[in-house]
Amino acid sequence: MTELHAQTLTELAAGLEHAEFTSVELTAALLDRIARRNDELNAFITVTADEALAAAARADAARKSGKAGVLNGLPIIHKDIFCTRGIKTTCGSKMLDNFISPYDATVVEKLASAGAVVLGKANMDEFAMGSSNETSYFGPVRNPWNPDCSPGGSSGGSSASVAARFAPAATGTDTGGSIRQPAALTGTVGIKPTYGRVSRYGMIAFASSLDQAGVITRSSEDAALLLGVMAGFDERDSTSIDQPVPDYLASIGDSIKGLRVGIVREHFDAGLEEETGKRVKEAIRVLEALGASTVEVSLPNLNLSVPTYYVVAPAECSSNLSRFDGVRFGYRAEHAEDLLDLYCRSRGEGFGDEVKRRIMTGTYVLSAGYYDAYYLKAQRVRQLIANDFRKAFADVDVIAGPTAPSPAFKLGDKVNDPIQMYLNDIYTIGANLAGLPAMSVPCGFVDDLPVGLHLVGPHFAEEVLLRCAHQYQGETDWHKACPEAYR
Amino acid sequence: MSLDKVKLQHIAMLARLKLTDEEYAESVEKLSKIVDFVDQLSQADTQDVVPMAHPLDAAQRLRPDVVTESDNRDLYQKNAAAVADGLYLVPKVLE
Repeated sequence: MTELHAQTLTELAAGLEHAEFTSVELTAALLDRIARRNDELNAFITVTADEALAAAARADAARKSGKAGVLNGLPIIHKDIFCTRGIKTTCGSKMLDNFISPYDATVVEKLASAGAVVLGKANMDEFAMGSSNETSYFGPVRNPWNPDCSPGGSSGGSSASVAARFAPAATGTDTGGSIRQPAALTGTVGIKPTYGRVSRYGMIAFASSLDQAGVITRSSEDAALLLGVMAGFDERDSTSIDQPVPDYLASIGDSIKGLRVGIVREHFDAGLEEETGKRVKEAIRVLEALGASTVEVSLPNLNLSVPTYYVVAPAECSSNLSRFDGVRFGYRAEHAEDLLDLYCRSRGEGFGDEVKRRIMTGTYVLSAGYYDAYYLKAQRVRQLIANDFRKAFADVDVIAGPTAPSPAFKLGDKVNDPIQMYLNDIYTIGANLAGLPAMSVPCGFVDDLPVGLHLVGPHFAEEVLLRCAHQYQGETDWHKACPEAYR
Repeated sequence: MSLDKVKLQHIAMLARLKLTDEEYAESVEKLSKIVDFVDQLSQADTQDVVPMAHPLDAAQRLRPDVVTESDNRDLYQKNAAAVADGLYLVPKVLE
């Protein structure tokens, strides 16, 4: 039998079903691996060993009495942005270092109801603001493929954990690429569904018109399995969409013959590292070999997506993060002179540099005299960007290109230059601005570091993305590659 | 530099952030770069373009105006730094 940590979610589900091992055995094996190896990567903020073993025992009992859910006994990790009842939920910040959530996020609740076992809470950029996991109050996460490199961000603990086989799957959130870029940089699969597809209830808000929850896994099939459980209407999220959730696994095996794949001219401009571009083009040729046709499309406003994002996202963040006041929850400064001083000190001391930068950027673009020139202008450009996608999807079913402009970069390389860091999300941000589903799939290596193929679809086309990725993974083995130190 | 310290102090006050002197020095430089960067947007022709309000062109759903929450005050206040008799404590507001 393949060692438990090396198996995918789907393989583990079959093993549990056929009683080859119990969930308690599986959970204990992974917890032991995490205890021995997490220090190398710093992928966890909290490991919930006792709760996990108790949940695994409940899952084993449920199976015996014939009440197994679709994820019964399967171990996962939650990004520490999801509220978990009775368990510390930090969002990677000193501000919430002492926060014990009084309730569960909908995503957490749904996965638990299906029988999933939570091994712990993954490290992340502070309040999901970062592309390298270096803004975390709990320190950077290291990339299992090369410990000097970043695992991407903001879901860096999630991506590193899955790549290092600490767990077969982890939840993530994606506001500008925070699931897909870390997936690309760690050779894992990441999907950000359509805006509103998965409930944001209990997911600590960063930029509410862009935030969406998704998963990081090792195969498209595993992503389909989890997404099917997570997706769906939730009355507790006012932006949740009331549309039936298709059975993502039902059509995943269907051929992609005749699928029209859009290739974006602007994606292969100067900003893309040459070898990364070659891997992506090779992947597109595989799709062609599978019967897909390619069509050249244009996203003329692509270069404006990053500046648009860096107006809209900070504006929404400055509003969302105004709730942290040092009074009701979170960090509270000592020796405040008065109430105003308490607010300013608690926030000044509780937030890290990048979060403060974004709050101030957002405050500036929303302030009197600047609102029209920045915020309203950005919302207009956002419409132009969404229109570009609408036009493109009149001719194609999916758009394929690079997820990130280069493979994983070294920790410390971009941390002092916000603009360089922001530009790492140039290919992913458009999907958030337009609310589209998008996915990253491993498609090869450059200098022993993984590269991701980015697939974007029209609203609610998750099924097509998952099928396209699954068919690609039937022809290639890139998603099976494992960092040597973590085999 | 599109921002100076005086402007930044105003923004920091609006944002309720107390910054150290070093943070001010660094922020003037980095935030100016960010503002210059997003200034690219001014080049885009957006005449007659309607600002986007929702990625799916959907309206915010309303719910019936009925009580759905139960009283969890004690549970919620466990996360507060200072409470007494069910109230949140803050520094004196009135002299």
